[in-house]
Amino acid sequence: MSILVLLEQTGGNWHRMGWETLAAGQQLGQALGLPVAAAVIGEAKEAAEAKLDRVYTIAAMDYTPDAFTAAFKQLIDHVKPTYVLFPHTYQVRDFAPKLATRFGKVLVSDVVRWRVEGDALVLVRQLFQGKLNIDLALGGDGPKFISIQAGAYRADSLEAGTAAVEAFAITADASARLKPEAPFREAARAVDLTAADLIVSVGRGIKEKENIHIVEELAAAFGAELAASRPIIDNGWLPMERQVGSSGQTVAPKVYMAIGISGAIQHLVGMKGAKCIVAINKDANAPIFEVADYGIVGDLFEVVPALIEEIKKAKA
Amino acid sequence: MKILVAIKQVPARDSQLRVDASGQWIQDNDLTYEINEPDAYALEEALQLKEKHGGEVVAISAGPGRVSQTIREALAKGADRAIHIEETSLGGLDSLGLSKLLAAAIKAEQPDLVLTGLQSDDLGSGQTGVVIAELLAMPHGTLIMAVEKVDGNIRVKRELEDGWFQHVTMPLPAVLTIQSGINKLRYATLMGIKKAKTKEVKTLKAADLGGLPEAQVQTLKVYTPSRTKQAQIFEGPAKEVAAKLVEKLKFEVRVI
Ligand SMILES: Cc1cc2nc3c(=O)[nH]c(=O)nc-3n(C[C@H](O)[C@H](O)[C@H](O)COP(=O)(O)OP(=O)(O)OC[C@H]3O[C@@H](n4cnc5c(N)ncnc54)[C@H](O)[C@@H]3O)c2cc1C
Ligand SMILES: Nc1ncnc2c1ncn2[C@@H]1O[C@H](COP(=O)(O)O)[C@@H](O)[C@H]1O
Repeated sequence: MSILVLLEQTGGNWHRMGWETLAAGQQLGQALGLPVAAAVIGEAKEAAEAKLDRVYTIAAMDYTPDAFTAAFKQLIDHVKPTYVLFPHTYQVRDFAPKLATRFGKVLVSDVVRWRVEGDALVLVRQLFQGKLNIDLALGGDGPKFISIQAGAYRADSLEAGTAAVEAFAITADASARLKPEAPFREAARAVDLTAADLIVSVGRGIKEKENIHIVEELAAAFGAELAASRPIIDNGWLPMERQVGSSGQTVAPKVYMAIGISGAIQHLVGMKGAKCIVAINKDANAPIFEVADYGIVGDLFEVVPALIEEIKKAKA
Repeated sequence: MKILVAIKQVPARDSQLRVDASGQWIQDNDLTYEINEPDAYALEEALQLKEKHGGEVVAISAGPGRVSQTIREALAKGADRAIHIEETSLGGLDSLGLSKLLAAAIKAEQPDLVLTGLQSDDLGSGQTGVVIAELLAMPHGTLIMAVEKVDGNIRVKRELEDGWFQHVTMPLPAVLTIQSGINKLRYATLMGIKKAKTKEVKTLKAADLGGLPEAQVQTLKVYTPSRTKQAQIFEGPAKEVAAKLVEKLKFEVRVI
């Protein structure tokens, strides 16, 4: 009986979400009285400075879901953990469901919280992009596969210690069906949102391309850069370089004004770090209000023009 | 190319969601429904691939009777035929169980390519496509933003985090989970809507697909999350709330 946390490392660089999941793993270990180990394809380095039973390392290899599934399958067969925890990164989305299925197990993905009731573990997930929550029980024997949402646990609550490092040799997946090429970025960005002090960001609440000018005018009056949620970019209403979120830019301005944006986790991870968040949304239950400092519940088509006028007045 | 596209029917985006009396799901009898957004992009990608390379597009959806509406819409947009796994009790399945049903139906079709959306709007598991690929021993790619056919293989563009991308080449048959924004969606034409009425929709039951798989995950309850952070909320006439906010921005946040 133990917990195994699979960390993510690319070219020697850790994915920060791994530390959050490791902290969650330590806490789960304490609650259930189970030893906790970590594993990484790459170097143990900082992971060995956490309070853990052991850190397993597998020699670095190029990522493919086939290669990582084969490697972790062998490790899990060896370690026989009861729980396997992952950070819910894009890479984990790509291989963890495959790994769990190889064990005939379900992956409970994107978990935001767990708690122990009696001796049962209750997992909390979001439904409808954060509008509702669901409590789940995961039955059967181990290994039980769980991935943890970005920001759900704090990396700074990680307990320090020293962990034994154990190199684990694997038989590499020989199928080589997938031929990955080097990662790349699209052409250089004309706007750097990360340098902006003030950001006005627009979401699907704007409804049509023809309405974008309203928020452009607000941004101009406020002296802010214009940003957007993904659907605005998907529809081609604004260029990709203005997208904020897990697939776009991560920003930390003095003020981030989210207009007609619901507050899905993939958007939140890109702007949660703003010093002051203002949300304008007609739905009082929109998850964006959860991270907001100031909120206006109302129709943006009425609120934004009024706001432009008030800002101009205040600046005059 | 024979392409299967998994489409899911989900409550329309602006629905008022209320937990039902059982506390296990939402009140779903008075909702309007639509196709899961990334699935619309997956269907469009399938139609464009067929237009380029020939073949057939088959839409597949699992759900109760009402799902036939979403299936008709897919047929109206250009899918050649459809498979409806019609069961009312799918809510009790976990993602592995549901994927097993879909995989069994897909396997019988022997497709060259399987497309799914990357994530459903209601459950948000983000894994059905990957699980299907493993069950059918096919290679897969997730968060796909472009698909091209290169000598019997496909070369896809995957989205990575923070604005990075990567190309991956793989043999067919394969499973791809499609990311929103990969293409530009079409509307159904009047002609398409008419034609859809004559297209074949095959209905399957779980019993035709090896039976309802046993669930490893059990729902304890569904609820509205309690709000923890107390934002200062302004409500009222637009002019008033705008003035209040500007006052805060000027005197407390000091950015005006
Ligand atoms: C792997 C992955 C990566 C993703 N990456 C990103 C990313 O990088 N960035 C990103 O933003 N998203 C990303 N998404 C998508 C994300 O999950 C959400 O779907 C998206 O952020 C929703 O955008 P939105 O809030 O603008 O739209 P919606 O969720 O549709 O919200 C619209 C909001 O507008 C409000 N509204 C409507 N009309 C009005 C009105 N008249 N006045 C005021 N308010 C109104 C509604 O109440 C609603 O809250 C990603 C998803 C996945 C699965
Ligand atoms: N009931 C269903 N019927 C058809 N396809 C589905 C169903 N559920 C999920 N899918 C497909 O799997 C994708 C991912 O769903 P999920 O794993 O629930 O996030 C969706 O975008 C659909 O393409």
